[in-house]
Amino acid sequence: MIGAQILLECLKREGVEVMFGYPGGQVLPIFDKLYDADLKFILTRHEQGAAHAADGYARATGKVGVCLATSGPGATNLTTGIANAYMDSIPLVAITGQVKTFLIGNDAFQEADVTGVTRPITKHNYLVKDVKDLARIIREAFHIASTGRPGPVLIDIPSDIQLQDTEFIWPEEVKMRGYNPTYFGHPGQIKKAAKIIAQAKKPIIYSGGGIITSGANQELRELAEKIQAPVTWTLMGIGGFPATHRLSLGMLGMHGTAYANHAIMEADVIIAVGARFDDRVTGRTDTFAPGAKVIHIDIDPASISKNIRVDIPIVGDAKNILGELSEQLKKAPDTSDWIKTVEGFKKKHPLKYKDDGRLKPQYVVEQIYEATKGNAIITTEVGQNQMWAAQWYKYDHPRSFISSGGLGTMGFGFPAAMGAKMGCPDKVVIDIAGDGSIQMNIQELGTCVCNKINVKVAILNNGYLGMVRQWQELFYKKRYSQVCITSPDFVKLAQSYGAVGIRVDRKEDVRPAIDKALSTENTVFVDFHVEPEENVYPMVPAGEAINRMIEGLA
Amino acid sequence: MRHTISVLVENKFGVLARIAGLFSARGYNIASLAVSETLDPDTSYMTIVVEAEDEKVLEQIKKQLNKLIDVISITDFTKKEHVDRELVLSKVNCSAKDKDKLEVVLKKYVAKIIQHKGDVAIIEAADKQENIKQLLEVLNKFGIKELVRTGRLAISS
Repeated sequence: MIGAQILLECLKREGVEVMFGYPGGQVLPIFDKLYDADLKFILTRHEQGAAHAADGYARATGKVGVCLATSGPGATNLTTGIANAYMDSIPLVAITGQVKTFLIGNDAFQEADVTGVTRPITKHNYLVKDVKDLARIIREAFHIASTGRPGPVLIDIPSDIQLQDTEFIWPEEVKMRGYNPTYFGHPGQIKKAAKIIAQAKKPIIYSGGGIITSGANQELRELAEKIQAPVTWTLMGIGGFPATHRLSLGMLGMHGTAYANHAIMEADVIIAVGARFDDRVTGRTDTFAPGAKVIHIDIDPASISKNIRVDIPIVGDAKNILGELSEQLKKAPDTSDWIKTVEGFKKKHPLKYKDDGRLKPQYVVEQIYEATKGNAIITTEVGQNQMWAAQWYKYDHPRSFISSGGLGTMGFGFPAAMGAKMGCPDKVVIDIAGDGSIQMNIQELGTCVCNKINVKVAILNNGYLGMVRQWQELFYKKRYSQVCITSPDFVKLAQSYGAVGIRVDRKEDVRPAIDKALSTENTVFVDFHVEPEENVYPMVPAGEAINRMIEGLA
Repeated sequence: MRHTISVLVENKFGVLARIAGLFSARGYNIASLAVSETLDPDTSYMTIVVEAEDEKVLEQIKKQLNKLIDVISITDFTKKEHVDRELVLSKVNCSAKDKDKLEVVLKKYVAKIIQHKGDVAIIEAADKQENIKQLLEVLNKFGIKELVRTGRLAISS
């Protein structure tokens, strides 16, 4: 078998159903074999779109996303998508062509040191130098990408290796002496944690993306109900605990709910699960949750005590550790007073916006929630659209909210929606976008229409790069510098690609437009011309303690 | 504070770049680095002297290194009995009449003249950090023309 065939055979054996990518000079042998292969390939309009689509596919399904690009510019175009997956611990395998082995280092046409470029943004990467190593490398790549704390792995394959012939040997086992993720929590640590929880008066659960990766949502719910602790989550943790649950506090942090931020600051025990105390969550770390004992459950030992001092670290997989912890808890603490306090926070500081009859972005998101009955997969771009999508749609299911958390990549949501739809064809998939972000990967309209990937895009069009404008308004004396952005006529643009475009200017037209979009068998852009200078509240100014919020309308 | 750690790695191309890249990306400082194959040609030892202002930073360095797939194990010598040595080669001004004087000085250290040509002696020293430091001060009085050092090597005892 030649290298290109080995690659495709390995992908098949790894259970890959679809890959996203773009051809080019140094991947011609692969595309030639792909011509006959039983593998769905989605030709995107830009390699960045392919990486984000593979990422969206992975987030929606839990499987490894795969993208493919040629050497040089093809590969460097993937890098934003790879970095995005790295920051959010998303299993991704990126395959790139490379110039022939004897040309490497010669500044050959379309050559770039791609393993060098991607070293700090991948969990691991490979340059294949011998075709005999190819099957093992692919096997290892999928293993590394999907186990432990997941992440992207890149395989750079020179084009001469793709053509070399060798016997195909599928390695049944993966053996790497330097890679042994810990799955089972230390029993002594779990016992200690149970003891602290049993004595807690004001416990809170702070959950992150690890709940979703680990599939621990049921265990999380059981623990929360057993100990009667309110649950707050990070942006990545959205959907890990039902938003409509009585114990839910919504998202915390910079644009979290005020009640979640107040609650965590007053808690006496924080049970952090699959979250990493990111600066958008903690605000000023020296003022964060001063009275709390911290139990931190995470599969990555390096996440523990990185930003916040942890009292009880438990390294391992959230699912089995939460299960163990619930089992260990013989006696649940009495938290009835605490729950009353938290209910008080909720009443005193609800999430709100001023409904004055004008077209508000928050209203659009609420209406999307109503129209889809909370059953859609929502992807987002980055900025205000992302925060409103996080705040005003209630996510009850894991993998229903797909957003660029760590890297904050504008242009992520649309290709990610495409990937999510490919993975979950029976789901309604909606990208909640801004007029700035959508223009960063708008070329993927072509991919959607061509492949009949019926995603819907709700553009919250305010004529600004809204989040930056908000910062300039609040912290730079309203000196709006390069945040006013013009857009094409999105309706005509959608139509020119063969998609459907709808423009909405009035509040009363919101719901009919959403209903029409949902019942249209095509990619639909709905261009909502919303209030231009609406802000996202609450907001914790950078470097402040997280209970020192600007609440907007008080 | 300086800490010596020894990192056992897969002997593959790019491993040094991964380690060096991790240090620069996360803002850690390397004071010295020595790399060489072990008895098993598939693995190498990297002896790294790191600058870490506190335990927390050192812990993070070790944890982050451990995440690299090609890192097999890490030994931290901070709280471990060990011996360490550094090899130094130095060209020192030394006329024929000064040679005896220099040899007397070198006797206090694990050091010797390995070549003497004209007015220049090449000295080899393999000693503990504090001795190397002292020796260099002494040699400076003769006049050091050139100096190369391996950085620290350590082994548990």
